[in-house]
Amino acid sequence: MDVSQYLEIFIEEAKEHLQSLNEQLLILEKEPENKETINEIFRAAHSLKGMAGTMGYKRMQKLTHDMENVFQEVRSDKMKVSSELVDGLFRGLDALQEYLDNIVNTQDEGTNENQDLIDLFAKELARASEGGAAPAEAQPAAQGGEGQAAAAVQTAPQSSSVNGLDSITLNDTDKSVIAKAVAEGMNAYAVNVEIQETCVLKAARAFLVFKAVEPLGEVIKSIPDAQAIEDEKFDFDFSMVIISKSSAEDIKKAIMNVSEMKEAVIQKIEAENVPAQAAEQTHEAGAAAQPAGQAAAGAKAPAAGAAAAGAAKGKPVVNRSVRVDIDKLDDLMNLVSELIIAKNGLVSISPAEIGTDETKKGNFHEQVEYLERITTNIHQSVMKVRMVPIESVVNRFPRMIRDLSKKLGKKMELFMSGEETELDRTVIDEIGDPLQHILRNAADHGLESNEARIKAGKPEVGSIYLNAYQEGNNVVIEVIDDGGGIDVEKVKRKAIEKGTITPEQGEVMSDKDIIDLLFRPSFSTAEQISDISGRGVGLDVVKTKIEALGGNVECKTVLGEGSTFTIRLPLTLAIIQALMVVIGNEKYAIPLANINTIEDVPATDIKFVEGKEVINLRGTVIPLIRLDKILDVTDAKKDQESLTVVIIAKGDKQAGLIVDDLIGQLEIVIKSIGKYINNSKMISGATILGDGEIALILDATTLV
Amino acid sequence: MAENKITSTLDTTQYIGVVVDNEQYGIDINYIDNIVKMQRITRVPKAQPYFLGVINIRGEIIPVMSLRLKFGKEPDVFNNKTRILIIKPEQQASIGFIVDEVKEVVNLAEDNIDHKNSSDPGNTYISGVGKHSDGLISLMNIQAVLAEKEEQAK
Repeated sequence: MDVSQYLEIFIEEAKEHLQSLNEQLLILEKEPENKETINEIFRAAHSLKGMAGTMGYKRMQKLTHDMENVFQEVRSDKMKVSSELVDGLFRGLDALQEYLDNIVNTQDEGTNENQDLIDLFAKELARASEGGAAPAEAQPAAQGGEGQAAAAVQTAPQSSSVNGLDSITLNDTDKSVIAKAVAEGMNAYAVNVEIQETCVLKAARAFLVFKAVEPLGEVIKSIPDAQAIEDEKFDFDFSMVIISKSSAEDIKKAIMNVSEMKEAVIQKIEAENVPAQAAEQTHEAGAAAQPAGQAAAGAKAPAAGAAAAGAAKGKPVVNRSVRVDIDKLDDLMNLVSELIIAKNGLVSISPAEIGTDETKKGNFHEQVEYLERITTNIHQSVMKVRMVPIESVVNRFPRMIRDLSKKLGKKMELFMSGEETELDRTVIDEIGDPLQHILRNAADHGLESNEARIKAGKPEVGSIYLNAYQEGNNVVIEVIDDGGGIDVEKVKRKAIEKGTITPEQGEVMSDKDIIDLLFRPSFSTAEQISDISGRGVGLDVVKTKIEALGGNVECKTVLGEGSTFTIRLPLTLAIIQALMVVIGNEKYAIPLANINTIEDVPATDIKFVEGKEVINLRGTVIPLIRLDKILDVTDAKKDQESLTVVIIAKGDKQAGLIVDDLIGQLEIVIKSIGKYINNSKMISGATILGDGEIALILDATTLV
Repeated sequence: MAENKITSTLDTTQYIGVVVDNEQYGIDINYIDNIVKMQRITRVPKAQPYFLGVINIRGEIIPVMSLRLKFGKEPDVFNNKTRILIIKPEQQASIGFIVDEVKEVVNLAEDNIDHKNSSDPGNTYISGVGKHSDGLISLMNIQAVLAEKEEQAK
């Protein structure tokens, strides 16, 4: 079977399942008794196994299968969740991830058998079964006449856990259905079907078996249940209960007509002696499988199926999503951009074309407003399509912190909030590594050792917080630790030692400036290099990456109390709200996100500090920037009595831009000004106004 | 590029003949995307002096270079003969050249082109000289005109 066309789906879904396994396993470690979680784990592991099998990734399937067996035992309370067990299972997940990575890169799972892990799980299983419980691992299937018994043994763990105790309560219903059928002159048969071991598509064969017996009678129960068979959740045989008017021979013949069948054993069920017969036939099997299997009745199968489905639906396992090619979205985005330009055009021609006719004017404005509403809506919904919850990036961090905690021998916990905050897809793809880096830093350098924490009178377990939230047109991600904070003096010493700054410079630098040194290339204050962080190739990369995304990163720290890294990212990349201003006869756009306030300042209010113009605005001293000078505008208004000042902010730094006039707020489409022209950093791009005129976009953050 | 094979038979290449400061230049037609009349140019602060700014061609923002300034001549005087040649040296990048006048399309056979001697210390923006009916035409080396921006940027 050619499965390559499913490869992409397989990879996506396998990723989701692995992620879910990681998350649930973390929960399980904390709450070993949580049935909901173990069920979730079991489902994910099971789907993964089925998918890997279908795709022909045998090693991956084998490993998942062994892990599933372990989960099985945990689920049926035969095995206790210990820290070692969870460690082993995490290693198993890592191995699966490795297979998956190999598949992503080469379409092949690789050759690592991970025998040590398989042995480990086998050992755990063996230990669990010593407890005297029913044999956990299926014995090699018995042949021929004993097929049914063997089948019962094999399927027992599954069915007993899938159906749990309710199979017994339903048993009466099953019986009554069979009794009723018998009373109507029909026969009830227990059938065990064994499929040849060479068979590749077992589920398909099983389906054909069901198809084959369908005309002859009604399958009222199957072990495992129909859903499980469809998912190929059985080894090489399965059982079912059929109510039929046909003879056992006919049914057997029908089944054996399906190719790749090895054996079909049929046993007639007499309603009265069900328990006795059952006990005799499948004496080894779990109590649940047997009465259910033999005395089963119509109500059972659907009920079990419905229960399973209900459980699955009860909790959203994965996001319901449609995967869309990003190029298609980009196309859509471009179209919307065009639409906005067209709309702006319509807005600008209005006065000239319409003249003085008041009714026409009213109609026209109505239409323009309508168009405006639509474009805004389209823009928003397209942006939404591109938005992805930050969860898809941060959900791997709890696992990472757990591993780091073990590796570093420090107790720590990660608290996350705002995982639902959404960011543009392109940003999401890029933000993972920088965030991971900052978190590692917090765990490795930020938090002190447990002893040091106790000595400092802090709780032994260190806390790292990862908070995400939206703030205006930005998304803010904070990484906060309650560790020792950054020793500014130490950083200063180090910087002087390395020659990054001179001692004189060090004297006059503010704490903030010194902390900013950490973002310089090749600067690490870690006393010793660990394999977690401290190679000095860190924060500068983080900074570069975040700035490439149009964001910024800041660090605040209090010695002894911890550090906070704040990352600010733009919500969208292509269309922004901007304030249009006039300088001389040129128009410029200032992104609204950077603007704090707009002030009218009398010229007499300008003060001088160190020869630079500043204003004192409500207690804050803000430097003034004369845009006309910086932008070489020659015909700007001179010597005005009252200045229009746009107050912009970058982090907690502010500056006032002096402009000639304000035009107003406009939604603009950011365009590049081309690669040939030598672009100063002040200009972040250009936009086309309604009348076709170009306005340059000022990157206000470079001016502060 | 779309019209890669405009070169007709007999190894002739088509050039657009333009005038910059009374001198005739030929630009390989394969580079040319469009020729537009002079229009409003938006100045870009801190750009190289020979870049007059950017223009809007059907929603695309294109930087515009004055060939006069680039070649170290007198600044342009715009009139209704002034044209902007939109050059597309690469798929994703365009640039506009301001010229005094666009004359005609010149067909030059390989025989009529005098390729510039590489040791010639003269004008570096010329790849050769073509001879046609009423005189000589300097063939512009587009890549050289564009490439130099990096040197000057430094």
